Amino acid sequence: MHMKINNTKLALAIVAATSALVVAGPAQAGKTLDAIKARGELVCGVNTGLAGFSAADSQGKWSGLDVDVCRAIAAAVLSDGNKVKFVPLTAQQRFTALQSGEIDILSRNTTWTLTRDASLGLSFVGITYYDGQGFMVPVKTKVKSAKQLKNATVCVQAGTTTEKNLTDYSRTNNLNVKPIVFEKQEAATGAYFSGRCVAYTTDASGLASTRNKDAKDPKEHVILPELISKEPLGPVVRRGDDEWFAIAKWVIYGLVESEEYGITQDNVDKLKADSKDPVVMRILGTSEDTGKLLGLDKDWMARAVKTVGNYGEIFERNVGPKTSLALPRGINAQWNKGGLMYAPPVR
Amino acid sequence: MAGSVFLPIPARPAPVKTEGVLPWMRANLFGNWVNSLVTALIAVAIGYAASAFLSWGLVNAVFAPSADQCQAARGSGACWGVIVEKFRIIIFGRYPYAEQWRPEIGTILLLGLLIMSCIRRFWKPWLVPAWIVVLFAFFSLMGGGRLGLSDVGSDQWGGLPLTIMLATLSIVFAYPLAILVALGRMSTLPAIRSLCIIYVELIRGVPLISVLFMASFMFPLFLPVGKSPDVLLRVLVGITLFSAAYLAEVVRGGLQAIPKGQVESSQSLGLTYWQTQRKIVLPQALAMVVPGIVNSFIAIFKDTSLVTIVSLYELTGAMGLALNSEADWRPFKIEGYLFITLIYFVFCFSMSRYSLWIEHQVGRSKTR
Amino acid sequence: MTERAPPRKRAWTWRSQALRGLVYQLVAVSLIALAVWYLAQSTLANMAARGIQSGFGFLLQPAGFDIGESLIPYDALDPYWKAYAVGVLNTLRVAVVGIIFATLLGTILGVGRFSANAIVRGLCYAYVEVFRNVPVLLQLLMWYLLFADILPPITEAVSVGGLFFLSKNGLSFPVPVWVPGVGMALLGTLAGVVAAWFYRRWAIAKFEATGQIRSLFWVPIAIVVAGELLGWIAGGAPTAWDIPKPGGFVMQGGASATPEFLAVLLGLVLYTSAFIAEVVRAGIASVAHGQVEAAGSLGLSKPQSMRLVILPQALRVIIPPVTSQYLNLTKNSSLAVAVGYPDVVSIANTSLNQTGRAVECIALIMAVYLTTSLATSAFMNWYNRHAAIKER
Repeated sequence: MHMKINNTKLALAIVAATSALVVAGPAQAGKTLDAIKARGELVCGVNTGLAGFSAADSQGKWSGLDVDVCRAIAAAVLSDGNKVKFVPLTAQQRFTALQSGEIDILSRNTTWTLTRDASLGLSFVGITYYDGQGFMVPVKTKVKSAKQLKNATVCVQAGTTTEKNLTDYSRTNNLNVKPIVFEKQEAATGAYFSGRCVAYTTDASGLASTRNKDAKDPKEHVILPELISKEPLGPVVRRGDDEWFAIAKWVIYGLVESEEYGITQDNVDKLKADSKDPVVMRILGTSEDTGKLLGLDKDWMARAVKTVGNYGEIFERNVGPKTSLALPRGINAQWNKGGLMYAPPVR
Repeated sequence: MAGSVFLPIPARPAPVKTEGVLPWMRANLFGNWVNSLVTALIAVAIGYAASAFLSWGLVNAVFAPSADQCQAARGSGACWGVIVEKFRIIIFGRYPYAEQWRPEIGTILLLGLLIMSCIRRFWKPWLVPAWIVVLFAFFSLMGGGRLGLSDVGSDQWGGLPLTIMLATLSIVFAYPLAILVALGRMSTLPAIRSLCIIYVELIRGVPLISVLFMASFMFPLFLPVGKSPDVLLRVLVGITLFSAAYLAEVVRGGLQAIPKGQVESSQSLGLTYWQTQRKIVLPQALAMVVPGIVNSFIAIFKDTSLVTIVSLYELTGAMGLALNSEADWRPFKIEGYLFITLIYFVFCFSMSRYSLWIEHQVGRSKTR
Repeated sequence: MTERAPPRKRAWTWRSQALRGLVYQLVAVSLIALAVWYLAQSTLANMAARGIQSGFGFLLQPAGFDIGESLIPYDALDPYWKAYAVGVLNTLRVAVVGIIFATLLGTILGVGRFSANAIVRGLCYAYVEVFRNVPVLLQLLMWYLLFADILPPITEAVSVGGLFFLSKNGLSFPVPVWVPGVGMALLGTLAGVVAAWFYRRWAIAKFEATGQIRSLFWVPIAIVVAGELLGWIAGGAPTAWDIPKPGGFVMQGGASATPEFLAVLLGLVLYTSAFIAEVVRAGIASVAHGQVEAAGSLGLSKPQSMRLVILPQALRVIIPPVTSQYLNLTKNSSLAVAVGYPDVVSIANTSLNQTGRAVECIALIMAVYLTTSLATSAFMNWYNRHAAIKER
């Protein structure tokens, strides 16, 4: 069939369709803080579901350690810890989501590594949980040590540092393990529980969460004693906005220092009214206006602690010994109690 | 001729009865011994499989939503209780429980209009505004934020409404695009023709999953920070662009089947290109390719299951969400899978019947 | 009445078709170029602003991750490009094996729709309708669930005669121990195939010259088997087989197919064969009924007329749609990523996360599938020309 008559309207239509693609020229990246204030909401990327760190209940209400960090930042910045929109992200989606500005901060049990810090256009703001990678096996396999996993199949989630650590450990110990890599965490744990893999590997905190929340009977699974890597987990922001980077960083330090100086969710109002401790007064903004230096008001830290409590309280509430995860405080204790949590002074 | 006796030839036997149940069985089941053997063997196998399935799925099955009873019956009987227990999550995903009437009504509206669009009597110009109104109503219901409905973010949409929405919207938006691309591919303007060919062949050469990855992981990098649209929208655009390429080929098939004389006679009547297309070519071509379009829709409907790989919780994803989250119910995934298999099957099978029926109609109109 | 000259086609006025056509094409092309430029420029700006690394240089760096199954020797210290090669080979492996089985099953089912036996017809129909109306991803997930959930653990593997083992680790089967004698047997088989091919040519030429019918099926098979036996005996008749036996976490010895591979293969084969069956059915239905009657009146038996008269003609109708089914199967193999089979998408996905180079990794996936698609359709076009009606 020939359509020789004229192609005017066809061409016009195609032109119109294409021009719809072309929008106004590239806009300069606005300052993150201004954007959040204008929006009235902090957009926070979290895990799709990892009990204790970030998980939504059936009502869609999020809770967990990573979630509380976001709430604290929202409280400091927007005066309301509930003005957070949580965006559940898989391991693959997380960095693109942050790079593209879909989220303001990524608080999704993300391991701080050189490659990620240096080549992804992102900056890690601090460490909210010191972790290490471990293995979980069913009790009935009678495996007592990771070194016994020779030739074993190991379920692992794609897009994590875990994959490479497993390879390194397997090489060093000559284990020749067979990784089975799944797109989604649910698929990986599902395959482990069905018995396809001898072991499941991820960060020890993740193992505890999976064992206690997902296993039919937690007693049937054992977490092996070896930790095969260092996994410092912390929130991440986009590179290129130093002001926002500083805010996120100092809210976390503030939470840690609040614990050190005994500021809790319960006593924060009282301390704000009558504390004479110069450090506490600085943190709570009753003497110096530390918030001003960050572009916030002077009550920023008081609100954050009022909303979610200090770091210790966040830990105890979400993952601590009294929760079903029952993770010991371990190296996540304050520096003066044998742990690694050491915050530079808020002053 | 003496002695010749009249010998009547014997009467011919009555013709073999070819109608009725018994003759049919003789012809179709027990024609010869091979046939009879095959029939017997298959009948035994089917009987065995059916009795095993019935005893698993019906006789020994647990219908009560009780994990303990299900656990007890495990291995011998199915646990349909898991469907009862998790029905709302499988069907609606993470949509807030109290608000689930909204996707329900929205989906019924959408499906109703879709069914109407399938019936020839309703192929009238008002269908276009009807679609606009229904789409507006659908998004108002799903998203809320106006008319006093509470705001529900698109990250909470899920289940069957999401599946139907993705399939319907992508075919609705792909349709006009596909017509343009098909016309462009047959145009005499070389640049436009090659652009359309490149588009169609490029898309048809790659799997949908790579298009979805692109929409989900890669596209946000293409736009300035903060300008990137919602992931659901990106995925919808991805599926639309993907299905438009396939649909364009279907439409092109219809265009090519229009005899050249039709175009030439409309030219000689002085019609412009666009008049020719609108009044002569497209009405005939599109009526001819309706079965092809329905088949594309079936394909898209099935393909929406892939969005679960980029973490949108449509029917397949919602099923995983419902059963992975609780240790008590996780062992009964196979029942869950069978349930959503049935849902997909009912939709796709009825659509393929419709496609056959309309093909028959088109064939009849041609032979008239 | 003055005669008006017909409008000149090449007049460069706004009323002329040629000029307008040119203008519209220019506008369309420049708009698309503009859109592409805009996206590219904003991508580069995004990357530069935040120091995101880009480029394909990472392909030469060590990958650093293990891959569960591989056709070629692969070590975690090998570069990324080699990891990709492993992924591509895994994709091709499942696609090629899948195409072979789907073709066989699809043809049987398609021919079965014309069986004289109603119950066979009904079964084939039911199969086609059920398997093509359920999403292939769902079928993959279900097969994987069946393999991972219902099969016994390796210590209680189901064994068939102590040779084949079926467990959560997949299907393990014996393979001959590799000695030169096995190579001789393979060589013998090859020689047999070549000899059979020559025999077939000779027999056909003889048939056309004299009308004598020689078996074109059993004799070539006998030749191949004889060649294989001769080679095997010449190689010293090696009889050692590597038989799998359960031990620890894996099967010791033998070869095995993982549940991931089996689930992907089974899902793809069952799904695609339903479509191929429909194509075959339509192809056979397209052969005029007179052909069957003519074959019958020439004294051909039913299987003969199917093989010699109907299928060769149906093939011309069948090949183009079957080609697109092959392409669909290859593209659908990308869903392997959902069940943990390390195909090219899965490898690209891992590299994407390890390196953060989303654009490059997804471009690589697309390039692999585009190349495969184009190569397959080129081959099938060639075969189609071969099978098309030769008009004399």
